[in-house]
Amino acid sequence: MKCKKTILRNFNFLSILFLFAITAGNASAMEYPTAEVNTTGLAVTDTEVTVGILHSITGTMAISESGSVEAEKLAIKQINESGGVLGRQIKVIQEDGASDWPTFAEKARKLLVNDKVAAVMGCWTSASRKAVLPVFEKENGMLYYPTFYEGLEQSKNVIYTGQEATQQIIAGLDWIAKEKEAKTYYLIGSDYIWPRTSNKIARKHIENVLGGKVVGEEYYPLGHTNFGSLINKIKLKKPDVIYSIVVGGSNVSWYKQLKAAGITSDKWTLLTISVTEDEMLGIGGENVEGFYSAMKYFQSLDNPNNIEFVKAFKEMWGEDSVIGDVTQAAYLGPWLWKLAVEKAGSFDIDKIAEASNGIEFDKAPEGYVRIHDSNHHLWSKTRIGVARKDGQFDVIYESDLIEPNPFPEGYQ
Amino acid sequence: MFEGYTASEVGSIFAMQGFSGLSLFCVFLLMALGLAIIFGQMGVINMAHGEFLTIGAYTTFFISSLTQKYVPGFMDYYFLLAIIVAFTIAFFVGYLVEFSLIRFLYKRPLDTLLATWGLSLIMQQTFRSSFGAREVSPTLPDWLLGSVQLTDTIEIPINGLLVVGVTAILTGVVFYLVFRSRWGLKVRATTQNRVMSGAAGINTSKVDRYTFALGCGIAGVAGAVFTTIASTGPTSGSLYIVDTFLVVVFGGAASLLGTIASAFSIAQAQSILEFFLSGSMAKVITLLTVIVILMLRPEGLFTIKVRK
Repeated sequence: MKCKKTILRNFNFLSILFLFAITAGNASAMEYPTAEVNTTGLAVTDTEVTVGILHSITGTMAISESGSVEAEKLAIKQINESGGVLGRQIKVIQEDGASDWPTFAEKARKLLVNDKVAAVMGCWTSASRKAVLPVFEKENGMLYYPTFYEGLEQSKNVIYTGQEATQQIIAGLDWIAKEKEAKTYYLIGSDYIWPRTSNKIARKHIENVLGGKVVGEEYYPLGHTNFGSLINKIKLKKPDVIYSIVVGGSNVSWYKQLKAAGITSDKWTLLTISVTEDEMLGIGGENVEGFYSAMKYFQSLDNPNNIEFVKAFKEMWGEDSVIGDVTQAAYLGPWLWKLAVEKAGSFDIDKIAEASNGIEFDKAPEGYVRIHDSNHHLWSKTRIGVARKDGQFDVIYESDLIEPNPFPEGYQ
Repeated sequence: MFEGYTASEVGSIFAMQGFSGLSLFCVFLLMALGLAIIFGQMGVINMAHGEFLTIGAYTTFFISSLTQKYVPGFMDYYFLLAIIVAFTIAFFVGYLVEFSLIRFLYKRPLDTLLATWGLSLIMQQTFRSSFGAREVSPTLPDWLLGSVQLTDTIEIPINGLLVVGVTAILTGVVFYLVFRSRWGLKVRATTQNRVMSGAAGINTSKVDRYTFALGCGIAGVAGAVFTTIASTGPTSGSLYIVDTFLVVVFGGAASLLGTIASAFSIAQAQSILEFFLSGSMAKVITLLTVIVILMLRPEGLFTIKVRK
């Protein structure tokens, strides 16, 4: 008798829960029992799933990475408001990489081993990504990496939501060669892997495909602040296009001194792949006005997704906030992870890695994106923006969707 | 390298190159002056020197935003005010730092190094927390933008001229203070023999405090001026610290003239090498040369002759 009662009570309890799930109209945790969707012991409960955010919020890189953190938190908040992932609310554990690569590796291990997070949104520089990559591969974690980067990498454990080098570089060069009938190019970069690899691709493309000529290729140490000699050399060579991949604090000195030396957009053409709206704040729009930037995303993009995204971003982080290319790419991370989990019907890393291939996302601020069928990079468009005085860009050109090709033949 | 160019084109490139070397010299000198006083006269290794520069840069940004918001008509002139305020604020922060930290460490130079490095980290994070991690850009008055067109092909950047001008004035002032004023006499006396100076009635701890504060104030001015040519962010100052120490050590720590000579030779070497080689190579060669010279002359270019 007593036994029967318990069963009855249990039955009632279950049916109430079931009703609740139906009225909520969401994929409920009940349809996906924790034991089934989480077979590898990740931090997933009936109501919650934990993900990590791993960026530098202190140190030199905080300048760039703070936007990514903001975008990721916005995406996670929106996902939670719309019912979470497989009926579970996302809980965030944030760690600070402190602009120090060994710290990144250590914090990555902490997130994966101690916290058992189901995914990590994080890293910014290639150096930090290279530092955490062995950790993610050994502990079998999932990293969503937002920055445009030099390519030549592919991993089961990473989804690259920014562009790899050929997507950004080739489309931009094609456009400027056609539009400006440019023949001679001067390549300039900060002295580390991304600018060097990118300029290598640019040089091959200019010489072999466009039939142009590279009249100079130079690298300056990170943090270099005096470009007087370089500017004089450029004036001597008079290239049709100045192609710039200068980054960080150097960026500001570089553009301020160009402007002061009379290299402005009325007489010269400059194309860069390292200036987004974020950098414009520090450089000052008046110093970059009229120069071209090749990116997959600009804040001024005029489409309904983006207008809604910019509005939500400003509501959460303040009217004055600006959104650069990487910030938007970081916003894609949590959404692409959610889609992968739902497609796989599981939080297991192996299943997500597999399910990610070919995932489509049409709510992206940059427009429709799709993860490649095999290489974990995104199909995306490249746009050319003209810098405005107020720190925004006018988009004047948009390519077709470009296939990601992290190991480009003939460009290495 | 110059084939296919007319003589006048090559001539004007050399003229502009000369100016670019000159302005690099002034940048080096401006940032090294404050440190030369602190390190040279007091023997304090101040790793936080760059952050005093940042104080000046942020002060300029702050004043520029205030001016733009409340008195837009004053935009043309705010920069001069910013330089003065930058000096004042950096001076007072320096005064406080000396009072609360440095004076306890005068007899422990290596501990000073560690303590000031910690201080620099604390200051960087303070900037980041209060002004945000992103770099900012003070709106410069129109007269500071662009260049002076001397001939058809020779253009001289106005912000470069400003750096040269401020450096000249500041160097003059520092020389007057150190070598001609009563205060300078006390500083030099304290440097040479602290105990004896004390016996002669000089309040040496007061001299120390003002010397340190003055060095910091000069860094503040440098920071304000550098906003016209470089970045303003929490870590901007640290971009200069290595070059600054290089200039001061190479010049001979206790000699202001040495600092000038060293700033000049390093700047010219780097500027000329950059023109003929690439930026990274120029840096490598400059540093190697400095290392070799310092191995041969550990005391630097200029030394004050003292009985040992």
